[in-house]
Amino acid sequence: MKVNLTIDNIAVSVDEGSTILEAAKQVSIHIPTLCYHEDLCVAGNCRVCVVEQTGTNRLLPSCAMPVSEGMDIHTNSLKVRAARKQVVELLISEHNAECTRCYKNGKCELQELSSEYILGDNGFIDLIPFKKYTIDNFSPSIIKDDSKCIRCQRCVRTCTELQSISALTVAHKGKEMKISSFYDKPMYEVVCTNCGQCVNRCPTGALTEKIYIDQVWEAICAEDKHVVVQTAPAVRVALGEALGMEPGEIITGKLVSALRRLGFSAVLDTDFTADLTIIEEGNELLQRLTKVLKDGDTSVKLPMTTSCSPGWVKFIEHTFPEYLDNVSTAKSPQQMFGALAKTFYAEKLKIEPENIVSVSIMPCTAKKFEADRPEMQSSGYKDVDFVLTTRELALMIKQAGIDFLSLPDDEYDSIMGQSTGAGVIFGATGGVMEAALRTAYEVVTGREVPFKNLEVTPVRGMEEVKEATIKLENVLPKWDFLEGVELKTCVTHGLTNAKKVMEAVKSGEANYHFIEVMACPGGCLGGGGQPIPTNLQIRQKRTEAIYQEDRLKAIRKSHENPEVQKIYEEFLKEPLGAMSHELLHTHYTVRNRQ
Amino acid sequence: MNDLRNLVSTLVDKHGRDEESLLPILQGIENSESYVSQEAMVEIAKELNISAAQVYGTATFYSFLSIQPLGKYVIRVCKTITCSMHGKNQVISELENMLKIKLGETTSDKRFSLLETNCLGQCHKGPAMLINDEPYTDLTPEKVREIIRDIQQKEFAVN
Repeated sequence: MKVNLTIDNIAVSVDEGSTILEAAKQVSIHIPTLCYHEDLCVAGNCRVCVVEQTGTNRLLPSCAMPVSEGMDIHTNSLKVRAARKQVVELLISEHNAECTRCYKNGKCELQELSSEYILGDNGFIDLIPFKKYTIDNFSPSIIKDDSKCIRCQRCVRTCTELQSISALTVAHKGKEMKISSFYDKPMYEVVCTNCGQCVNRCPTGALTEKIYIDQVWEAICAEDKHVVVQTAPAVRVALGEALGMEPGEIITGKLVSALRRLGFSAVLDTDFTADLTIIEEGNELLQRLTKVLKDGDTSVKLPMTTSCSPGWVKFIEHTFPEYLDNVSTAKSPQQMFGALAKTFYAEKLKIEPENIVSVSIMPCTAKKFEADRPEMQSSGYKDVDFVLTTRELALMIKQAGIDFLSLPDDEYDSIMGQSTGAGVIFGATGGVMEAALRTAYEVVTGREVPFKNLEVTPVRGMEEVKEATIKLENVLPKWDFLEGVELKTCVTHGLTNAKKVMEAVKSGEANYHFIEVMACPGGCLGGGGQPIPTNLQIRQKRTEAIYQEDRLKAIRKSHENPEVQKIYEEFLKEPLGAMSHELLHTHYTVRNRQ
Repeated sequence: MNDLRNLVSTLVDKHGRDEESLLPILQGIENSESYVSQEAMVEIAKELNISAAQVYGTATFYSFLSIQPLGKYVIRVCKTITCSMHGKNQVISELENMLKIKLGETTSDKRFSLLETNCLGQCHKGPAMLINDEPYTDLTPEKVREIIRDIQQKEFAVN
């Protein structure tokens, strides 16, 4: 049913149950918001979105108020403007407004509002000096600065609704109320997976990623250092957003140009090791299937889950530690790259590994934690020295005075720069599964995966849990025990959904062989290190761009990547071999639930 | 630790594993242990399949749930505006002087804790305070001295 109302004297007709905010959007009237976020449930606590209804004395929060027939709404009356200004003044009185020293300077929603409402000098007394705020910067991924928090609770809702972790909660009440972890412990010590979804949604600088820009500049400028950089698949479909482009533009060529201009010694690709991951992980799956289905080995676990997403890995370590043997031992593409950069690559280029600085550009904040894991030093050095988010790279490009939009397209360096479409789609939910199926199906049957244009559509898209069953028929003689087997796969994204899937596995309700989990909504393209803002529409545009990039690739199956074939010939010898075991596989740690 | 685990599991069996059982479980812990410890919160979180932070959030929200060990006598002085206007601050300084502790602290003999609380509904008879479950109203520094002295004498007589 439609409801008719007027907003600022413009007639609008919307579905029953819509909010005033949604109705205003429909007629392109912008109402400011702070606690509201499209991905989250309505909180209605900041009051900045208030509007006036003719005939009612009290102002209405437009984000929470459903429309009703005949409403006459004013979004910009004197009363509304006065109330909003008051709200912003009150928030600022408890906000550390040292904006010039803040990482979010110029990107802060509260700052933007205060500039719109011209606060002037006559504000409320600044309460910051009276409060004992702390900055938690112990985590390698996320910094939590309570002095900048406006308690809108977007982070709390993100952590609970999208991720089912609730590492952050609302503690105490009244003027002592604060956003807190368990016992206000450092984020490093609690169940936080470092996914950074809260960072992506924080309107101010209260939650940010830990920045490593200066360390990377220093490495680039050091004469004796060979600085290699790898770029994750999801960066090339999102970086443009942070540099003035529309969501969904593929900027791979410009990205490579920009990195070269920044002064990196070699611009290489995480997509290459994504392809390598498929070879290792695909073979691991086949090995597990062999052991379970053929040899009846009960010590080997199925379903196998993916291990590329460091948010997911830390989540399962905390929440389902009894399933750690189910996680593929294959390292993530970032860490495979790191291990090879200081071994294979160093040997090839005759550079001492200690002179190599390995930098990665990731859509992710959890990758910073992953690179810091003590087990990620299989080259004998820290495999990945510094991890930058897409946002940090955008800032470096600005610092360097590069006009990104006018950059020419450039190609990745060799070696470890060549990739296939299968590597690219790692950036979207379902991508790892699709890439794995493109390879594993062919290994087992000798034929291409039975989908038009190799596009395994059932595992694509934003559906919460996607299932695909693929029947293995006319298999090659080596795999005869798989004849007629229906390979059951499941793909999910967002840890709330991952938790549901794992609970179904635990109860025996679900019976999969292979599960792909990405911690972030939409997969890596919706990662916590990606440009802000994020919403479903933006994530869908990035997804389309990823699949577009896949279609444009000459080679679209990981096992056909010539550089991957070469690295096995020259260095690794065979998938799951001794060298792979040493450099490309890892183990996991049981963690507490605090 | 095992005792605590048993206590939590008894309470969980009694009240159920739904999220709305959290408050009665916390009250049960508070009643037996006099406060809700960090270990208790982790244990409850495991049983209810929620995060430890969520348990902490709820436990810190309520004035009558404590997250630190309290003394045998818990003094809660009403902190709201009517009691403030009637001399709450003098009441608190008298208590601090007598007990040699500051607001929020517990005496070293673990007999008294001094806290503030939200409105006790005794605005017409402020300032007001609670000692454990017993309300005291129309307080003056003198009256406070008597009340505390009575308790102290009772305590010394027992020991």
